[in-house]
Amino acid sequence: MQHIFVALALMFAPVLSQAADWDIDQLMHGLAQTRSNHAGFVEKKSIAMLDKPVESSGELFYSAPDHLEKRTIKPKPESMTVDGGALLIERGRQKHRLQLQDYPELAAFIDSIRGTLAGDRKALERNYRLSLDGTAEHWTLQLLPTDEKIQAVVKRIRIAGARDAVRSIEITQADGDSSLMLIEKLATP
Amino acid sequence: MRPETARGGRTAIALWLAFILVCGIIISRSQFTTDLSAFLPRSPTPEQQLLLEQIRDGLASRLILVGIEGADAATRAKLSKQVAQRLRADPAFVGVNNGEPVSAERDRAYLFNHRYLLSPAVRPARFSVDGLHAALSDSIDLLASPAGLLFKQLLPRDPSGEMVQLLDHLNSGTRPQMVEGAWASRDGARALMLAQTHASGSDTDAQQRAMAAIRQAFDTAPSATPAARLVMTGPGVFSVTSRDTIHNQVSRLSIISVALIATLLLLVYRSFSALALGFLPVISGALAGIAAVSLGFGAVHGITLGFGTALIGEAVDYSIYLFVQSEQGGSDQQNWIKRFWPTVRLGVLTSIFGFASLLLSGFPGLAQLGLYSIAGLIAAATVTRFVLPHLLPTNFHIHDVSAIGLILSRLGQRAAALRWVAAILLLMACAILVQHRASLWNDKISSLSPVSEADVALDESLRADMGAPDVRYLVVISGESRESVLRSSEQISTVLQTQVDQGKLAGFESASRYLPSIATQRARQASLPNPAMLEERLAQAVQGLPVRAQLFAPFLADVADAGRKPLLQAADLEQTSMAMAVDALLIQQGRHWQALLPLTAAKGVSIDANRIRAALGATRLPGVLLVDMKAESDRLYSGYLHEAILLSLSGLVAIIGLLLWVFRSPMRVLRIIAPLAAAVITVTAGLAVFGQQLIILHLVGLLLVVAVGSNYALFFDRPDHPFSPEEGTIIGHKSHTISPRTLASMLFANLTTVAGFGLLAFSNVSILQAMGVTVAPGVILALIYSAIFARQPNA
Repeated sequence: MQHIFVALALMFAPVLSQAADWDIDQLMHGLAQTRSNHAGFVEKKSIAMLDKPVESSGELFYSAPDHLEKRTIKPKPESMTVDGGALLIERGRQKHRLQLQDYPELAAFIDSIRGTLAGDRKALERNYRLSLDGTAEHWTLQLLPTDEKIQAVVKRIRIAGARDAVRSIEITQADGDSSLMLIEKLATP
Repeated sequence: MRPETARGGRTAIALWLAFILVCGIIISRSQFTTDLSAFLPRSPTPEQQLLLEQIRDGLASRLILVGIEGADAATRAKLSKQVAQRLRADPAFVGVNNGEPVSAERDRAYLFNHRYLLSPAVRPARFSVDGLHAALSDSIDLLASPAGLLFKQLLPRDPSGEMVQLLDHLNSGTRPQMVEGAWASRDGARALMLAQTHASGSDTDAQQRAMAAIRQAFDTAPSATPAARLVMTGPGVFSVTSRDTIHNQVSRLSIISVALIATLLLLVYRSFSALALGFLPVISGALAGIAAVSLGFGAVHGITLGFGTALIGEAVDYSIYLFVQSEQGGSDQQNWIKRFWPTVRLGVLTSIFGFASLLLSGFPGLAQLGLYSIAGLIAAATVTRFVLPHLLPTNFHIHDVSAIGLILSRLGQRAAALRWVAAILLLMACAILVQHRASLWNDKISSLSPVSEADVALDESLRADMGAPDVRYLVVISGESRESVLRSSEQISTVLQTQVDQGKLAGFESASRYLPSIATQRARQASLPNPAMLEERLAQAVQGLPVRAQLFAPFLADVADAGRKPLLQAADLEQTSMAMAVDALLIQQGRHWQALLPLTAAKGVSIDANRIRAALGATRLPGVLLVDMKAESDRLYSGYLHEAILLSLSGLVAIIGLLLWVFRSPMRVLRIIAPLAAAVITVTAGLAVFGQQLIILHLVGLLLVVAVGSNYALFFDRPDHPFSPEEGTIIGHKSHTISPRTLASMLFANLTTVAGFGLLAFSNVSILQAMGVTVAPGVILALIYSAIFARQPNA
């Protein structure tokens, strides 16, 4: 008799947990399935120093585990490539090469996006406290920095998505400046 | 003994003792070196001069690359930080870098506070209305880009983006990755650290102390664990290990070689007093050789001493000839002098003629060997001839070796039958030499290095991990003052930057980047408009941009401040990591200044020296030189090598000339030279077959084969000589035959030479090994060839 209960429990367990509790691990697991991604973006930045928001658009490329490329097409072509610990920013003829290790705030910031795309919970939890809202169909992952140094720059990062696709990234900086990036998946090239 | 001989003997002994004393005094005041000085030319070209200075004192010579292996990544990083912290407090080090941001704050402060004097973009046009408008709109774009996060705070103070300009230049180099807060190799298995010593790389004692300080810091670090290992490399480390290797080898080899030769002689002589007396010429020769080199060169190189141990095996020959060739009984030494001395003297003379050519070498190491050999052999032979006979006790005799002599003599008579075999062997050797002629010589200077292959491999792997500069290409600017070389550096930097922009170079370094010339700083200061004017222009420049002019009040204040501040001096760099760079790249020698601009090759593109040279030449600046360190050092060595080949050949010509002058018979000279030439050809072919490429020291070895072998050839060639009755009866009536005693003496002399040089063949110092593998088989062959080609008794 007891055996039958156990068997039943085992049979229903996965179904029950999925229905009751959509959790970070499952989200991360789903995100980690995407090995490479190609998407279009539209970004709007509100910076206090500037009189009006700056709008830009372009394309995003990601390939697991740590290559991320943001290619802005409008208003001026420029690109940012992160590969492991190196950041390359190309603007017209200018090239800026930075080592992320020299700029921990920037590194934490980039890792929040890279970590989410890679579904790497451990990497995210190194710098942020995570909380998840919504359903698998419409989720919002909130990242709050735990380190004081990073808190001085980034106040909050909110990433929203559907299933294993990221739809928007909203960043609020400590000084009130903010940016919202909307992401639309494109065909994998 | 007649009274005048006894008086002459006393004088000879007194003179000899005085000579030994003088030699001892000279040697006690001598300086012994093991550094690269022996490989440096005596009259260098400007490029060579620079190469040598770089090898001795250059930036690269003062770097010690440190690796920490074993244990786990966290422990390695912890050890790295603890060792670095300890070393940073040690005045022996200019700086220690392991990736920790110890000076990053100061570096940034220096750059930011002096950005208007440092940035090459500061020109009058930059601060016109249009210039400001362009710079501002660029900065606003950057603000909106991902890196904007970093520069947002700077915008009100630095709207023209000078700091971004400066940081770009600083970040051009590749650096190791960080693991647990310290540098680590690409595979993460090794923590990395770079230490720069105050002392130059050629100061071996100081380098040894620096290495000891690093090791001690590692051993006594709070996180020290037996699981972790410390490895070090770099030019200074190499000179320390080479010195240790040479020192160990020389002392070990000399002990073994003396023991081996002593055992051999004891077996032959069966007399301790004969053994002790036999070593007197050797000791005299060694002392004379060291003293002569010390007087002639100011310092004695370790390699010369190593060579000296091998020469023991040859110097002992003279006493062997005296003891073995003398008849039994005390009075016969005078007889030996009469009968054999002229031949031995001629042998010594041929050796001296051969080695004298080395004295002319521009390669001081080679000239030292030449002088050592000449002085050593003259002293050993002279002591044998003039002193040793007077020291022998009246009843002096050694074990009778005629039995061995007789066996040899029978063998010798049959040796002629081997002429055909020898001729075929010789032909084969010639064929091999012709076949290998292109690859016979190794003209890379690295072939002389006493550093082991394992150490070289470690060096390469640490260097690759570190991304450390290999400093192959350097632009060197010479001038009368710091200001003049800095000004030229700035002009050359513009030329080099064009090459970088065209993708021909990955980058370059220049002290003028961190410390611009006074003229340039003044010009930059003069580019800055006065505050009222700047404010007015700024108001116009922001039109059409999404910013308000009020935002930039701090900018106006900073520019006004920069216009008043004193210009930058070298002292302002102190405590920044750029001080290290300027210290290495800007060199003062008396009233002469040099700026070094190391070039970095672009990935996959080798540097086109001609193209760079042409671009530098177009500036028409005086005192600018592009030096390819590797090509220069190889050219230096191959120059030595060719010179040494010519000198050796001229030595050979001198020997032939001497023999012709003495014998006045070309046929006889040919008969003496033939076995020696055959031995040289066969040994060289043998080395080629075994894949040993010849270096300069093989050549010295070949010269030694000729020098030692000439004794054998001369003995075999000696004209008729009377035999003692009992020998005559045994050998028969053949009056042309060489005496068994002489044969035995040559065999013993040969064995001691083989023992002395054979040991060198087992040395792991390549230059000692080269001499060993050449001389040991060479002298055996010389003896055999001499026997085979000796004049036939019946001929």
